[in-house]
Amino acid sequence: MSAALALGDDALVLSHRLGEWAGHAPVLEEEVALANIALDLLGQARMLLSSVGDEDELAFLREERSFRNVQLVEQPNGDFAHTIARQLYFSVYQHLLYEQLAAGTGEFADLATKAVKEVAYHRDHAERWVLRLGDGTAESHERMQNGLDALWRFTGELFRPVEGLDVDGESLHGSWSSAVTSVVERATLRLPSGPQSSAWSAGAGRQGLHTEPFGRMLAEMQHLHRSHPGASW
Amino acid sequence: MTAVTAEEATQGAADGAAADAARAEAFDAAVAADDRIEPRDWMPDAYRASLVRQMAQHAHSEIIGMQPEANWISRAPSLRRKAILMAKVQDEAGHGLYLYSAAETLGTSREELLDKLHAGRQRYSSIFNYPTLTWADVGAIGWLVDGAAITNQVPLCRCSYGPYARAMVRICKEESFHQRQGYELLLALSRGTPAQHEMAQDAVNRWWWPSLMMFGPPDDASAHSAQSMAWKIKRHSNDELRRRFVDICVPQAEALGLTLPDPDIRWNEELGQHDYGAIDWTEFQEVLKGNGPCNEERLAQRRRAHEEGAWVRDAAAAYADRHAERPGTSGAAAEPVEATA
Ligand SMILES: [Fe+2]
Ligand SMILES: [Fe+2]
Repeated sequence: MSAALALGDDALVLSHRLGEWAGHAPVLEEEVALANIALDLLGQARMLLSSVGDEDELAFLREERSFRNVQLVEQPNGDFAHTIARQLYFSVYQHLLYEQLAAGTGEFADLATKAVKEVAYHRDHAERWVLRLGDGTAESHERMQNGLDALWRFTGELFRPVEGLDVDGESLHGSWSSAVTSVVERATLRLPSGPQSSAWSAGAGRQGLHTEPFGRMLAEMQHLHRSHPGASW
Repeated sequence: MTAVTAEEATQGAADGAAADAARAEAFDAAVAADDRIEPRDWMPDAYRASLVRQMAQHAHSEIIGMQPEANWISRAPSLRRKAILMAKVQDEAGHGLYLYSAAETLGTSREELLDKLHAGRQRYSSIFNYPTLTWADVGAIGWLVDGAAITNQVPLCRCSYGPYARAMVRICKEESFHQRQGYELLLALSRGTPAQHEMAQDAVNRWWWPSLMMFGPPDDASAHSAQSMAWKIKRHSNDELRRRFVDICVPQAEALGLTLPDPDIRWNEELGQHDYGAIDWTEFQEVLKGNGPCNEERLAQRRRAHEEGAWVRDAAAAYADRHAERPGTSGAAAEPVEATA
Protein backbone atom coordinates (compact mmCIF):
# COMPACT_ATOMS: atom_id res chain seq x y z
CA MET A 1 0.00 0.00 0.00
CA SER A 2 1.23 3.44 -0.86
CA ALA A 3 1.79 5.72 2.13
CA ALA A 4 0.88 8.71 -0.05
CA LEU A 5 -2.53 7.20 -0.57
CA ALA A 6 -3.01 6.61 3.16
CA LEU A 7 -2.10 10.19 4.10
CA GLY A 8 -3.87 11.64 1.08
CA ASP A 9 -7.11 9.78 1.77
CA ASP A 10 -7.05 10.87 5.43
CA ALA A 11 -6.85 14.49 4.32
CA LEU A 12 -9.39 14.11 1.50
CA VAL A 13 -12.03 12.41 3.58
CA LEU A 14 -11.71 14.67 6.62
CA SER A 15 -11.83 17.71 4.35
CA HIS A 16 -15.07 16.42 2.85
CA ARG A 17 -16.63 15.89 6.27
CA LEU A 18 -15.64 19.39 7.40
CA GLY A 19 -17.07 20.81 4.17
CA GLU A 20 -20.45 19.44 5.23
CA TRP A 21 -20.51 22.08 7.98
CA ALA A 22 -20.73 24.93 5.46
CA GLY A 23 -23.88 26.90 6.22
CA HIS A 24 -24.53 24.97 9.44
CA ALA A 25 -21.83 26.17 11.85
CA PRO A 26 -22.80 27.46 15.30
CA VAL A 27 -21.24 30.87 14.74
CA LEU A 28 -19.97 32.81 11.72
CA GLU A 29 -16.34 32.68 12.86
CA GLU A 30 -16.54 28.89 12.78
CA GLU A 31 -17.87 28.92 9.22
CA VAL A 32 -14.58 30.58 8.36
CA ALA A 33 -12.40 28.41 10.63
CA LEU A 34 -13.84 25.03 9.61
CA ALA A 35 -13.64 25.97 5.92
CA ASN A 36 -10.03 27.02 6.46
CA ILE A 37 -9.13 23.65 7.91
CA ALA A 38 -11.06 21.82 5.19
CA LEU A 39 -9.21 23.81 2.52
CA ASP A 40 -5.80 23.10 4.07
CA LEU A 41 -6.59 19.40 4.15
CA LEU A 42 -7.87 19.43 0.59
CA GLY A 43 -4.64 21.09 -0.51
CA GLN A 44 -2.62 18.36 1.23
CA ALA A 45 -4.81 15.66 -0.29
CA ARG A 46 -4.32 17.04 -3.79
CA MET A 47 -0.53 17.10 -3.43
CA LEU A 48 -0.42 13.59 -2.01
CA LEU A 49 -2.81 12.02 -4.50
CA SER A 50 -1.18 13.78 -7.45
CA SER A 51 2.14 12.29 -6.40
CA VAL A 52 0.82 8.79 -7.14
CA GLY A 53 -1.69 9.34 -9.95
CA ASP A 54 -4.47 11.53 -11.31
CA GLU A 55 -6.08 13.24 -8.32
CA ASP A 56 -9.61 13.16 -9.73
CA GLU A 57 -9.43 9.53 -10.85
CA LEU A 58 -8.24 8.60 -7.38
CA ALA A 59 -10.86 10.67 -5.59
CA PHE A 60 -13.89 10.00 -7.77
CA LEU A 61 -13.38 6.65 -9.45
CA ARG A 62 -12.07 4.39 -6.70
CA GLU A 63 -14.47 2.06 -4.92
CA GLU A 64 -14.88 2.19 -1.19
CA ARG A 65 -12.62 -0.84 -0.63
CA SER A 66 -9.72 0.94 -2.30
CA PHE A 67 -9.66 3.94 0.03
CA ARG A 68 -6.85 3.82 2.61
CA ASN A 69 -7.93 6.44 5.15
CA VAL A 70 -8.37 5.62 8.81
CA GLN A 71 -11.96 5.07 9.90
CA LEU A 72 -11.77 8.00 12.32
CA VAL A 73 -11.86 10.64 9.56
CA GLU A 74 -14.88 9.14 7.77
CA GLN A 75 -17.10 9.25 10.86
CA PRO A 76 -20.13 11.52 10.39
CA ASN A 77 -19.97 15.02 11.91
CA GLY A 78 -22.50 14.56 14.70
CA ASP A 79 -22.89 17.69 16.81
CA PHE A 80 -20.20 20.34 17.07
CA ALA A 81 -18.57 18.60 20.06
CA HIS A 82 -18.40 15.33 18.13
CA THR A 83 -16.67 17.12 15.25
CA ILE A 84 -14.27 18.78 17.68
CA ALA A 85 -13.45 15.43 19.30
CA ARG A 86 -12.63 14.03 15.85
CA GLN A 87 -10.52 17.13 15.17
CA LEU A 88 -8.64 16.76 18.43
CA TYR A 89 -7.82 13.09 17.94
CA PHE A 90 -6.83 13.50 14.32
CA SER A 91 -5.02 16.84 14.38
CA VAL A 92 -2.83 15.90 17.36
CA TYR A 93 -1.89 12.71 15.49
CA GLN A 94 -1.30 14.52 12.21
CA HIS A 95 0.72 17.25 13.86
CA LEU A 96 3.03 14.80 15.65
CA LEU A 97 3.33 12.70 12.50
CA TYR A 98 4.15 15.66 10.23
CA GLU A 99 6.67 16.99 12.74
CA GLN A 100 8.48 13.66 12.57
CA LEU A 101 8.26 13.51 8.78
CA ALA A 102 9.42 17.11 8.42
CA ALA A 103 12.47 16.39 10.58
CA GLY A 104 13.43 13.41 8.39
CA THR A 105 14.77 13.19 4.88
CA GLY A 106 12.17 10.78 3.45
CA GLU A 107 9.67 11.08 0.63
CA PHE A 108 7.28 13.26 2.63
CA ALA A 109 9.75 15.68 4.24
CA ASP A 110 8.95 18.60 1.92
CA LEU A 111 5.20 18.19 2.11
CA ALA A 112 5.30 17.77 5.88
CA THR A 113 7.48 20.84 6.31
CA LYS A 114 4.90 22.91 4.48
CA ALA A 115 1.85 21.29 6.06
CA VAL A 116 3.06 21.19 9.64
CA LYS A 117 2.25 24.89 10.15
CA GLU A 118 -1.30 24.40 8.91
CA VAL A 119 -1.74 21.34 11.05
CA ALA A 120 -0.42 23.17 14.11
CA TYR A 121 -3.27 25.64 13.62
CA HIS A 122 -5.81 22.79 13.26
CA ARG A 123 -4.56 21.31 16.50
CA ASP A 124 -4.68 24.63 18.30
CA HIS A 125 -8.23 25.24 17.04
CA ALA A 126 -9.36 21.83 18.31
CA GLU A 127 -7.64 22.17 21.68
CA ARG A 128 -9.15 25.57 22.35
CA TRP A 129 -12.62 24.28 21.60
CA VAL A 130 -12.15 21.20 23.79
CA LEU A 131 -11.23 23.57 26.63
CA ARG A 132 -14.20 25.87 26.00
CA LEU A 133 -16.72 23.08 25.66
CA GLY A 134 -15.33 20.90 28.44
CA ASP A 135 -15.08 23.79 30.85
CA GLY A 136 -18.06 25.76 29.52
CA THR A 137 -21.58 24.82 30.61
CA ALA A 138 -22.95 21.56 32.01
CA GLU A 139 -24.51 20.82 28.61
CA SER A 140 -21.34 21.50 26.62
CA HIS A 141 -19.32 19.44 29.10
CA GLU A 142 -21.60 16.47 28.60
CA ARG A 143 -21.63 16.77 24.83
CA MET A 144 -17.83 17.09 24.69
CA GLN A 145 -17.42 14.03 26.87
CA ASN A 146 -19.85 12.09 24.67
CA GLY A 147 -17.87 13.05 21.57
CA LEU A 148 -14.57 11.94 23.08
CA ASP A 149 -16.12 8.66 24.26
CA ALA A 150 -17.85 7.84 20.99
CA LEU A 151 -14.77 8.26 18.81
CA TRP A 152 -12.24 6.71 21.17
CA ARG A 153 -12.54 3.27 19.61
CA PHE A 154 -11.31 4.67 16.28
CA THR A 155 -8.05 6.08 17.67
CA GLY A 156 -6.01 2.86 17.89
CA GLU A 157 -5.76 2.62 14.14
CA LEU A 158 -3.76 5.85 13.97
CA PHE A 159 -0.69 4.12 15.37
CA ARG A 160 -0.63 0.96 13.27
CA PRO A 161 2.39 0.74 10.98
CA VAL A 162 1.89 2.11 7.46
CA GLU A 163 4.04 0.58 4.76
CA GLY A 164 6.43 3.10 3.31
CA LEU A 165 6.08 5.47 6.23
CA ASP A 166 9.17 5.60 8.40
CA VAL A 167 7.56 6.40 11.73
CA ASP A 168 7.85 4.79 15.13
CA GLY A 169 4.20 4.05 15.87
CA GLU A 170 4.77 3.25 19.50
CA SER A 171 6.48 6.49 20.37
CA LEU A 172 3.87 8.37 18.28
CA HIS A 173 1.16 6.72 20.35
CA GLY A 174 2.96 7.73 23.56
CA SER A 175 3.28 11.39 22.56
CA TRP A 176 -0.31 11.46 21.32
CA SER A 177 -1.65 10.01 24.56
CA SER A 178 0.14 12.51 26.75
CA ALA A 179 -0.88 15.45 24.56
CA VAL A 180 -4.53 14.39 24.44
CA THR A 181 -4.59 13.57 28.16
CA SER A 182 -3.24 16.99 29.02
CA VAL A 183 -5.92 18.82 27.02
CA VAL A 184 -8.70 16.59 28.26
CA GLU A 185 -7.69 17.09 31.89
CA ARG A 186 -7.38 20.85 31.55
CA ALA A 187 -10.86 20.81 30.04
CA THR A 188 -12.12 19.05 33.21
CA LEU A 189 -13.02 16.01 31.07
CA ARG A 190 -12.24 12.31 31.43
CA LEU A 191 -10.00 10.36 29.07
CA PRO A 192 -12.12 7.46 27.75
CA SER A 193 -11.02 4.14 29.20
CA GLY A 194 -12.34 1.57 26.69
CA PRO A 195 -10.38 -0.17 23.96
CA GLN A 196 -8.96 2.02 21.20
CA SER A 197 -10.05 -0.34 18.45
CA SER A 198 -12.69 -2.99 17.95
CA ALA A 199 -11.80 -6.68 17.72
CA TRP A 200 -12.38 -6.57 13.97
CA SER A 201 -11.27 -3.17 12.87
CA ALA A 202 -7.68 -2.70 14.03
CA GLY A 203 -5.90 -1.25 11.03
CA ALA A 204 -9.04 -1.76 8.97
CA GLY A 205 -9.33 1.57 7.15
CA ARG A 206 -5.74 1.37 5.97
CA GLN A 207 -6.62 -2.04 4.48
CA GLY A 208 -9.73 -0.73 2.75
CA LEU A 209 -12.26 -1.87 5.35
CA HIS A 210 -14.50 1.04 6.25
CA THR A 211 -17.62 1.82 8.25
CA GLU A 212 -21.14 1.96 6.79
CA PRO A 213 -21.49 5.76 6.62
CA PHE A 214 -18.42 5.95 4.35
CA GLY A 215 -20.20 4.31 1.40
CA ARG A 216 -22.93 6.92 1.49
CA MET A 217 -20.37 9.70 1.75
CA LEU A 218 -18.61 8.42 -1.36
CA ALA A 219 -21.91 7.96 -3.20
CA GLU A 220 -22.61 11.65 -2.75
CA MET A 221 -19.06 12.78 -3.44
CA GLN A 222 -18.57 10.70 -6.59
CA HIS A 223 -22.03 10.81 -8.13
CA LEU A 224 -21.68 13.81 -10.44
CA HIS A 225 -18.20 12.95 -11.62
CA ARG A 226 -19.22 9.36 -12.39
CA SER A 227 -22.40 10.48 -14.19
CA HIS A 228 -20.35 12.10 -16.95
CA PRO A 229 -17.63 9.59 -17.84
CA GLY A 230 -14.64 11.20 -19.45
CA ALA A 231 -15.94 14.75 -19.09
CA SER A 232 -13.63 17.47 -17.86
CA TRP A 233 -14.78 20.14 -15.44
CA MET B 1 -32.74 69.11 36.13
CA THR B 2 -34.85 70.27 39.09
CA ALA B 3 -32.88 73.50 39.47
CA VAL B 4 -33.35 74.60 35.88
CA THR B 5 -35.74 77.53 35.54
CA ALA B 6 -38.24 77.79 32.75
CA GLU B 7 -36.23 80.58 31.19
CA GLU B 8 -33.02 78.58 31.28
CA ALA B 9 -34.79 75.59 29.84
CA THR B 10 -36.06 77.60 26.90
CA GLN B 11 -32.60 79.03 26.37
CA GLY B 12 -31.11 75.51 26.55
CA ALA B 13 -33.54 74.21 23.98
CA ALA B 14 -32.74 77.11 21.70
CA ASP B 15 -29.02 76.40 22.06
CA GLY B 16 -29.73 72.75 21.36
CA ALA B 17 -31.69 73.60 18.25
CA ALA B 18 -28.96 75.93 17.03
CA ALA B 19 -26.33 73.27 17.67
CA ASP B 20 -28.43 70.68 15.84
CA ALA B 21 -28.80 72.98 12.88
CA ALA B 22 -25.04 73.57 12.82
CA ARG B 23 -24.33 69.85 12.98
CA ALA B 24 -26.83 69.10 10.25
CA GLU B 25 -25.19 71.76 8.12
CA ALA B 26 -21.76 70.26 8.72
CA PHE B 27 -23.12 66.82 7.80
CA ASP B 28 -24.70 68.07 4.59
CA ALA B 29 -21.51 69.90 3.67
CA ALA B 30 -19.43 66.78 4.28
CA VAL B 31 -21.71 64.66 2.10
CA ALA B 32 -21.73 67.34 -0.61
CA ALA B 33 -17.91 67.49 -0.56
CA ASP B 34 -17.68 63.68 -0.84
CA ASP B 35 -16.04 63.48 2.58
CA ARG B 36 -16.55 60.30 4.55
CA ILE B 37 -18.91 60.23 7.51
CA GLU B 38 -17.26 58.33 10.36
CA PRO B 39 -18.91 56.50 13.30
CA ARG B 40 -18.29 59.32 15.80
CA ASP B 41 -19.54 62.07 13.50
CA TRP B 42 -23.02 63.45 14.01
CA MET B 43 -25.51 62.09 11.50
CA PRO B 44 -29.28 62.39 11.04
CA ASP B 45 -31.25 59.56 12.66
CA ALA B 46 -32.83 58.67 9.36
CA TYR B 47 -29.38 58.38 7.71
CA ARG B 48 -28.25 56.05 10.48
CA ALA B 49 -31.41 53.96 10.22
CA SER B 50 -31.17 53.76 6.47
CA LEU B 51 -27.54 52.61 6.64
CA VAL B 52 -28.24 49.99 9.28
CA ARG B 53 -31.14 48.68 7.20
CA GLN B 54 -28.99 48.45 4.07
CA MET B 55 -25.91 46.97 5.75
CA ALA B 56 -28.02 44.43 7.63
CA GLN B 57 -29.75 43.33 4.46
CA HIS B 58 -26.39 43.09 2.75
CA ALA B 59 -24.83 41.07 5.61
CA HIS B 60 -27.83 38.73 5.75
CA SER B 61 -27.56 38.21 1.99
CA GLU B 62 -23.94 37.13 2.36
CA ILE B 63 -24.71 34.46 4.93
CA ILE B 64 -27.97 33.19 3.41
CA GLY B 65 -26.17 33.23 0.07
CA MET B 66 -23.80 30.56 1.39
CA GLN B 67 -26.61 27.99 1.35
CA PRO B 68 -27.38 27.50 -2.34
CA GLU B 69 -23.69 27.09 -3.15
CA ALA B 70 -22.78 25.03 -0.08
CA ASN B 71 -25.44 22.69 -1.46
CA TRP B 72 -22.86 21.58 -4.06
CA ILE B 73 -19.64 21.38 -2.04
CA SER B 74 -20.09 17.68 -1.30
CA ARG B 75 -20.79 16.91 -4.97
CA ALA B 76 -18.22 19.10 -6.74
CA PRO B 77 -17.00 17.06 -9.72
CA SER B 78 -13.26 17.71 -9.41
CA LEU B 79 -10.96 18.46 -6.49
CA ARG B 80 -9.93 21.76 -8.07
CA ARG B 81 -13.57 22.88 -8.34
CA LYS B 82 -14.25 21.68 -4.84
CA ALA B 83 -11.42 23.83 -3.46
CA ILE B 84 -12.62 26.89 -5.41
CA LEU B 85 -16.19 26.43 -4.22
CA MET B 86 -15.26 25.89 -0.57
CA ALA B 87 -13.08 29.00 -0.67
CA LYS B 88 -15.91 30.97 -2.23
CA VAL B 89 -18.45 29.96 0.39
CA GLN B 90 -15.87 30.80 3.03
CA ASP B 91 -15.38 34.25 1.48
CA GLU B 92 -19.12 34.89 1.75
CA ALA B 93 -18.98 34.09 5.48
CA GLY B 94 -16.10 36.56 5.72
CA HIS B 95 -18.17 39.20 3.91
CA GLY B 96 -20.92 38.65 6.45
CA LEU B 97 -18.40 39.22 9.22
CA TYR B 98 -17.08 42.50 7.74
CA LEU B 99 -20.59 43.82 7.20
CA TYR B 100 -21.93 42.92 10.64
CA SER B 101 -18.84 44.66 12.06
CA ALA B 102 -19.50 47.73 9.91
CA ALA B 103 -23.09 47.80 11.20
CA GLU B 104 -21.76 47.52 14.75
CA THR B 105 -20.01 50.88 14.31
CA LEU B 106 -23.53 52.36 14.27
CA GLY B 107 -24.38 50.75 17.58
CA THR B 108 -26.30 47.73 16.30
CA SER B 109 -24.96 44.34 17.39
CA ARG B 110 -24.70 41.28 15.18
CA GLU B 111 -26.90 39.39 17.61
CA GLU B 112 -29.67 41.96 17.29
CA LEU B 113 -29.51 41.86 13.50
CA LEU B 114 -29.49 38.05 13.39
CA ASP B 115 -32.51 37.96 15.67
CA LYS B 116 -34.34 40.25 13.25
CA LEU B 117 -33.36 38.08 10.30
CA HIS B 118 -34.52 34.93 12.07
CA ALA B 119 -37.80 36.60 13.04
CA GLY B 120 -38.37 37.54 9.39
CA ARG B 121 -38.22 41.25 10.22
CA GLN B 122 -35.21 42.01 8.02
CA ARG B 123 -34.64 40.95 4.45
CA TYR B 124 -31.90 39.34 2.45
CA SER B 125 -31.52 39.36 -1.32
CA SER B 126 -34.39 37.44 -2.95
CA ILE B 127 -32.01 35.83 -5.43
CA PHE B 128 -31.04 33.28 -2.79
CA ASN B 129 -34.60 32.01 -2.65
CA TYR B 130 -33.99 30.19 -5.94
CA PRO B 131 -32.67 26.61 -5.82
CA THR B 132 -29.35 25.29 -7.16
CA LEU B 133 -30.55 22.29 -9.15
CA THR B 134 -27.43 21.33 -11.08
CA TRP B 135 -23.68 21.85 -10.86
CA ALA B 136 -23.94 24.52 -13.58
CA ASP B 137 -25.96 26.63 -11.17
CA VAL B 138 -22.76 27.16 -9.19
CA GLY B 139 -21.24 28.71 -12.32
CA ALA B 140 -24.35 30.73 -13.12
CA ILE B 141 -24.39 32.15 -9.59
CA GLY B 142 -20.74 33.15 -9.84
CA TRP B 143 -21.09 34.71 -13.25
CA LEU B 144 -24.49 36.37 -12.92
CA VAL B 145 -25.25 36.77 -9.22
CA ASP B 146 -21.76 37.78 -8.12
CA GLY B 147 -21.57 39.80 -11.35
CA ALA B 148 -24.76 41.68 -10.52
CA ALA B 149 -23.55 42.14 -6.94
CA ILE B 150 -20.33 43.73 -8.21
CA THR B 151 -22.22 46.10 -10.52
CA ASN B 152 -24.35 47.08 -7.54
CA GLN B 153 -21.50 47.27 -5.06
CA VAL B 154 -18.59 48.91 -6.84
CA PRO B 155 -20.29 52.32 -6.45
CA LEU B 156 -20.71 51.53 -2.73
CA CYS B 157 -16.93 51.68 -2.36
CA ARG B 158 -17.53 55.45 -2.58
CA CYS B 159 -20.49 55.38 -0.20
CA SER B 160 -20.58 58.37 2.19
CA TYR B 161 -20.33 56.18 5.30
CA GLY B 162 -16.64 55.32 5.87
CA PRO B 163 -16.81 51.85 7.47
CA TYR B 164 -19.30 50.62 4.86
CA ALA B 165 -17.24 52.02 1.98
CA ARG B 166 -14.07 50.39 3.32
CA ALA B 167 -15.77 47.03 3.84
CA MET B 168 -17.01 47.22 0.26
CA VAL B 169 -13.50 47.73 -1.14
CA ARG B 170 -12.39 44.41 0.34
CA ILE B 171 -15.60 42.64 -0.60
CA CYS B 172 -15.64 43.82 -4.21
CA LYS B 173 -12.14 42.45 -4.80
CA GLU B 174 -13.27 39.00 -3.74
CA GLU B 175 -16.58 39.21 -5.59
CA SER B 176 -14.74 39.84 -8.82
CA PHE B 177 -12.75 36.63 -8.25
CA HIS B 178 -16.05 34.81 -7.76
CA GLN B 179 -17.45 36.28 -10.95
CA ARG B 180 -14.43 35.14 -12.98
CA GLN B 181 -14.47 31.68 -11.43
CA GLY B 182 -18.16 31.29 -12.24
CA TYR B 183 -17.58 32.41 -15.80
CA GLU B 184 -14.68 29.97 -16.14
CA LEU B 185 -16.79 27.12 -14.74
CA LEU B 186 -19.53 27.82 -17.30
CA LEU B 187 -16.99 28.09 -20.09
CA ALA B 188 -15.65 24.61 -19.26
CA LEU B 189 -19.19 23.24 -19.34
CA SER B 190 -20.18 25.10 -22.47
CA ARG B 191 -17.13 23.71 -24.31
CA GLY B 192 -17.54 20.27 -22.74
CA THR B 193 -19.81 17.39 -23.69
CA PRO B 194 -23.30 18.10 -25.13
CA ALA B 195 -24.80 17.19 -21.74
CA GLN B 196 -22.51 19.67 -19.99
CA HIS B 197 -23.31 22.39 -22.50
CA GLU B 198 -27.02 21.81 -22.02
CA MET B 199 -26.57 21.96 -18.24
CA ALA B 200 -24.87 25.35 -18.58
CA GLN B 201 -27.55 26.75 -20.89
CA ASP B 202 -30.32 25.55 -18.59
CA ALA B 203 -28.68 27.25 -15.60
CA VAL B 204 -28.33 30.55 -17.46
CA ASN B 205 -31.96 30.30 -18.54
CA ARG B 206 -33.07 29.97 -14.94
CA TRP B 207 -30.72 32.55 -13.34
CA TRP B 208 -30.83 35.36 -15.89
CA TRP B 209 -34.13 37.00 -14.98
CA PRO B 210 -33.75 36.68 -11.21
CA SER B 211 -30.30 38.29 -11.59
CA LEU B 212 -31.83 41.30 -13.35
CA MET B 213 -34.29 41.58 -10.48
CA MET B 214 -31.37 41.87 -8.04
CA PHE B 215 -31.12 45.57 -8.94
CA GLY B 216 -34.46 46.15 -7.27
CA PRO B 217 -37.73 47.57 -8.55
CA PRO B 218 -37.78 50.00 -11.46
CA ASP B 219 -36.83 53.57 -10.54
CA ASP B 220 -40.39 54.89 -10.56
CA ALA B 221 -41.38 52.25 -7.97
CA SER B 222 -38.33 52.26 -5.67
CA ALA B 223 -39.21 53.31 -2.13
CA HIS B 224 -35.77 54.23 -0.79
CA SER B 225 -33.77 55.27 -3.83
CA ALA B 226 -34.16 59.05 -3.94
CA GLN B 227 -33.16 59.75 -0.33
CA SER B 228 -30.30 57.23 -0.48
CA MET B 229 -28.95 58.95 -3.56
CA ALA B 230 -29.16 62.36 -1.91
CA TRP B 231 -27.13 60.98 1.02
CA LYS B 232 -24.66 59.32 -1.35
CA ILE B 233 -25.34 55.95 0.21
CA LYS B 234 -26.43 55.05 -3.29
CA ARG B 235 -24.87 56.57 -6.38
CA HIS B 236 -26.83 55.25 -9.35
CA SER B 237 -30.46 54.33 -9.88
CA ASN B 238 -31.65 50.72 -10.05
CA ASP B 239 -32.42 50.94 -13.75
CA GLU B 240 -29.08 52.56 -14.57
CA LEU B 241 -27.21 49.74 -12.86
CA ARG B 242 -29.43 47.06 -14.40
CA ARG B 243 -28.74 48.37 -17.90
CA ARG B 244 -25.02 48.56 -17.16
CA PHE B 245 -25.16 44.89 -16.09
CA VAL B 246 -26.91 43.83 -19.30
CA ASP B 247 -24.23 45.65 -21.30
CA ILE B 248 -21.53 43.69 -19.46
CA CYS B 249 -23.26 40.33 -19.84
CA VAL B 250 -24.20 40.38 -23.53
CA PRO B 251 -20.65 40.05 -24.93
CA GLN B 252 -19.68 37.63 -22.14
CA ALA B 253 -22.60 35.33 -22.98
CA GLU B 254 -21.47 35.38 -26.58
CA ALA B 255 -17.93 34.45 -25.60
CA LEU B 256 -19.35 31.66 -23.45
CA GLY B 257 -21.31 30.30 -26.39
CA LEU B 258 -24.52 30.57 -24.35
CA THR B 259 -27.75 32.40 -25.09
CA LEU B 260 -29.40 34.88 -22.73
CA PRO B 261 -33.09 33.91 -22.51
CA ASP B 262 -34.42 37.25 -23.74
CA PRO B 263 -35.27 37.63 -27.45
CA ASP B 264 -35.70 41.38 -26.96
CA ILE B 265 -32.07 42.09 -26.14
CA ARG B 266 -30.66 44.32 -28.85
CA TRP B 267 -28.21 47.14 -29.23
CA ASN B 268 -29.78 50.58 -29.02
CA GLU B 269 -27.67 52.80 -31.25
CA GLU B 270 -29.14 56.00 -29.86
CA LEU B 271 -28.50 55.17 -26.20
CA GLY B 272 -25.26 53.36 -26.88
CA GLN B 273 -26.61 50.62 -24.62
CA HIS B 274 -28.63 47.44 -24.86
CA ASP B 275 -32.41 47.30 -24.64
CA TYR B 276 -33.87 44.28 -22.91
CA GLY B 277 -37.28 42.67 -22.49
CA ALA B 278 -39.91 43.27 -19.83
CA ILE B 279 -39.16 41.88 -16.38
CA ASP B 280 -41.86 39.85 -14.63
CA TRP B 281 -42.27 42.04 -11.55
CA THR B 282 -45.11 39.87 -10.29
CA GLU B 283 -42.65 37.06 -9.71
CA PHE B 284 -40.30 39.50 -7.99
CA GLN B 285 -43.05 40.68 -5.64
CA GLU B 286 -44.14 37.11 -4.91
CA VAL B 287 -40.61 35.99 -3.99
CA LEU B 288 -40.19 39.13 -1.91
CA LYS B 289 -43.40 38.33 -0.07
CA GLY B 290 -42.05 34.90 0.82
CA ASN B 291 -43.57 32.85 -1.95
CA GLY B 292 -40.32 31.97 -3.74
CA PRO B 293 -39.20 28.37 -4.24
CA CYS B 294 -36.83 28.31 -1.23
CA ASN B 295 -37.83 31.14 1.15
CA GLU B 296 -38.97 28.70 3.82
CA GLU B 297 -35.96 26.42 3.51
CA ARG B 298 -33.35 29.19 3.60
CA LEU B 299 -34.73 30.82 6.71
CA ALA B 300 -35.40 27.47 8.37
CA GLN B 301 -31.81 26.32 7.84
CA ARG B 302 -30.48 29.61 9.18
CA ARG B 303 -32.68 29.39 12.27
CA ARG B 304 -31.78 25.76 12.83
CA ALA B 305 -28.02 26.43 12.60
CA HIS B 306 -28.44 29.28 15.06
CA GLU B 307 -30.59 27.34 17.51
CA GLU B 308 -28.46 24.22 17.32
CA GLY B 309 -25.39 26.37 17.90
CA ALA B 310 -26.81 28.12 20.98
CA TRP B 311 -25.19 25.71 23.44
CA VAL B 312 -21.81 26.24 21.73
CA ARG B 313 -22.05 30.03 22.02
CA ASP B 314 -23.23 29.74 25.63
CA ALA B 315 -20.29 27.48 26.45
CA ALA B 316 -17.79 29.87 24.86
CA ALA B 317 -19.28 32.81 26.77
CA ALA B 318 -19.28 30.90 30.08
CA TYR B 319 -15.70 29.80 29.53
CA ALA B 320 -14.56 33.30 28.65
CA ASP B 321 -16.30 34.78 31.71
CA ARG B 322 -14.75 32.28 34.05
CA HIS B 323 -11.28 32.45 32.60
CA ALA B 324 -11.13 36.22 32.34
CA GLU B 325 -11.26 36.12 36.16
CA ARG B 326 -8.26 33.85 36.42
CA PRO B 327 -5.89 35.09 33.76
CA GLY B 328 -2.97 32.93 32.77
CA THR B 329 -4.64 29.61 33.49
CA SER B 330 -4.57 28.68 29.83
CA GLY B 331 -3.67 30.01 26.42
CA ALA B 332 -7.28 30.18 25.43
CA ALA B 333 -8.22 32.57 28.21
CA ALA B 334 -6.36 35.50 26.75
CA GLU B 335 -7.94 35.48 23.32
CA PRO B 336 -10.89 37.64 22.37
CA VAL B 337 -14.28 36.02 22.84
CA GLU B 338 -14.88 35.13 19.25
CA ALA B 339 -17.85 32.89 19.75
CA THR B 340 -20.37 35.04 21.55
CA ALA B 341 -22.08 36.26 18.40
FE1 LIG C 1 -20.06 38.16 -0.96
FE1 LIG D 1 -19.41 36.34 -3.85
